[in-house]
Amino acid sequence: MPIGQTLPFTAVRWDDILFVVLAVSLLGSALLVVTMRDIIRCGVAMIASFASLAGIYVLLGNPLIAATQVLVYIGAISVLVLFAIMLTQTKNAPSRLVFQTQAWAGAIAAITIAIIISATILATTWPSTGAVAWTATSDIATMLFGEYVLPFEVVSVLLTAAVVGGVLLARREPPAGKEDRS
Amino acid sequence: MSGSLDSYLILSGLLFAIGTFGFLARRNAISMLMSIELMLNAVNLTIIAFGAFVKPLNVHASVIALIVIAVAAAEATVGLAIVIAIYRNKRTPLVDEYDSMSE
Repeated sequence: MPIGQTLPFTAVRWDDILFVVLAVSLLGSALLVVTMRDIIRCGVAMIASFASLAGIYVLLGNPLIAATQVLVYIGAISVLVLFAIMLTQTKNAPSRLVFQTQAWAGAIAAITIAIIISATILATTWPSTGAVAWTATSDIATMLFGEYVLPFEVVSVLLTAAVVGGVLLARREPPAGKEDRS
Repeated sequence: MSGSLDSYLILSGLLFAIGTFGFLARRNAISMLMSIELMLNAVNLTIIAFGAFVKPLNVHASVIALIVIAVAAAEATVGLAIVIAIYRNKRTPLVDEYDSMSE
């Protein structure tokens, strides 16, 4: 039996409910990322915010980007961040000194940015169609390997450079006078 | 609400502002990198929202978002490698103790 477009017995659309739930969980977990004191919990909250954003991409009719979000952000970047946290946190690090002394200035700047962005968005008339258009994955593939093939190749070079740079930066210096053969 | 571009753009703007606050206020270098990831996600959300609501941008937006995700992955790799390399020398992840260029 199909569920229908709206919540049963009301005029509330499922899309709206999903949007509110995902938006609240996205902003809530993002706030937890920047305010919690334990940085490991910040990393877990970051995973939650990435997952909520993947849900919002599905609402926006873009399942391929949602899958990429889960694969790349949750699967790769979050794991990288968690590894870096575990490599750099020491037991005797002062965990209560989480914020800079000028954190209030940062808060004022962030609130100003939020107000300016929201006012600009509300004051502008966007050329919106008013309905979400689903994006076919085959169209993305045709575009990516057709019109955008040069940026695609440049990104592949960039990723190679990033891998080499990451290995070079993070490896230990070999002991002096001894050739590193590993 | 879910059928209007404005709500997605404002959501993205709020996410960007939260990321800005985290970047300015946190002392830990890894927290700052996490805030940068939040800001990159906000930009991606804007791109995808425009692609979903503006017909001529539909496919272009997805491709650009994919490229942004790849660049963000590269940025995270190099950024975290730099943090770990500095940590090995200074034994602290707090950015305001990286002051060897100040004297």
